[in-house]
Amino acid sequence: MPPSADLPRVPLRTRMTPAASVLAASLLAALPVIATAAVLPPFGLLALLAWRLLRPELWPVWAALPFGLFDDLVSGQPLGSGMASWTCVFLAIDRLDRRFPQRGWRFDWWIAAAASIFVLVAGMLAAALPLTMVPTILPQIAITILAFPAVSRTVAALDRWRLKR
Amino acid sequence: MRPPRRTSPGFSRRAQFGLFAAYVAAVAGVVIGLALVVAARVDPRGFALIRGAAIDAIAPLSAAGRSLVERVSGIDDALYAYVAAGTQNRALRAENMLARRRLIAARGLERENRRLRALLRLAEHTPDRVATARIVGSTASGSHRLATLTAGSLNGVRPGHPVRAPEGLVGRVLETGATAARVLLLADTDSSVPVLIVRNGQPALASGRGDGRLTIRPLVPGPAPFRRGDVALTSGTGGLYPPGIPVAVVDKVDRDGALAWPLADPARLDFVMVEPAFAPPLPPPAPPLAPPAAAPR
Repeated sequence: MPPSADLPRVPLRTRMTPAASVLAASLLAALPVIATAAVLPPFGLLALLAWRLLRPELWPVWAALPFGLFDDLVSGQPLGSGMASWTCVFLAIDRLDRRFPQRGWRFDWWIAAAASIFVLVAGMLAAALPLTMVPTILPQIAITILAFPAVSRTVAALDRWRLKR
Repeated sequence: MRPPRRTSPGFSRRAQFGLFAAYVAAVAGVVIGLALVVAARVDPRGFALIRGAAIDAIAPLSAAGRSLVERVSGIDDALYAYVAAGTQNRALRAENMLARRRLIAARGLERENRRLRALLRLAEHTPDRVATARIVGSTASGSHRLATLTAGSLNGVRPGHPVRAPEGLVGRVLETGATAARVLLLADTDSSVPVLIVRNGQPALASGRGDGRLTIRPLVPGPAPFRRGDVALTSGTGGLYPPGIPVAVVDKVDRDGALAWPLADPARLDFVMVEPAFAPPLPPPAPPLAPPAAAPR
């Protein structure tokens, strides 16, 4: 809904922090670490999931499209793989929101884990790798799932900072 | 208190329509994304302009932090060297003795080689270099093993050019931006290099496994002609990689091949050379058939 004229203006910090933090997390793929195996979690996806699970009303369901496109460009994945898989995740989370409106934090972690596995495997398929290659990304999947709480905490801290008056 | 859900827009027509439009946009986006993936599969060079611009944009970011990382990642080596100094010293002494003896033999061979080459009037193959650049980063979270190079199409780098370091082959250029390029590392599952084993000259194919190691398979059927410690060089077959670049050293021999580690560890590289794609000289064209001297009959 567009903000009405009589509402006080929302400061830039409050509006831009979520998007900026997701883009910055995607840029972590450009860290100067040269790896011969997939070792780093997809930070952009984790940040996006953390924001989405923390603040369901923040973004419309199509918001994952531009974020996915940016991540594809930065990470060297085939263009469109992040767009499609991230948006599928958003649609699924929307359904879950309706089914389970009251969720615990642990349930959110399960959701993030399932979403990460889906996106990583989908990314592999998009890169034309066979499913037999899944064992090589198992470490990355584990790291991603274990990294979610840390990312989620960071996002929560950012959220507090963003809404501070 | 939980915030109100976006999924219950209430009775406002406008809010209901907005929610519906968001779903339509999302589903359309998924379809477009899938179409892009399929397009990329059909034509891997598509969107080269956009992708090239993205590489150009992130390469300076990676380059900035690279020197710091190099310093940090060297620490474990330094510690180990300190602990193992005594035994290492003894081993190096023995190795030095052996190397000196071999060097003398090699000098003799070199002289003989030069003489024989002169006899054969063989020109030495000296590959001209396209560019020297730094490897500044890689996509550690993607499913392909790609590294970022600080030279692009402005420096003459083109997709397909082999990239090598002093230690050995690194990979080949996959896509280029104006001032940066992406290199497909040897360890990627899409990379395969025709090699030959130095010890016995057996031709083989080294392909990436996606976990940092390579699989080496012999081209001729029969028992695997590998041994632990064998070194594989590029053979020049196929015309992409120039012959004679060290590729990998065999670590473990299994039933139908061997596991090998690339000799050039991409995590330790700083400068690499981009060479033009090697094409072996074509054989001279067959002499045209003599025109028929006279019309038959």
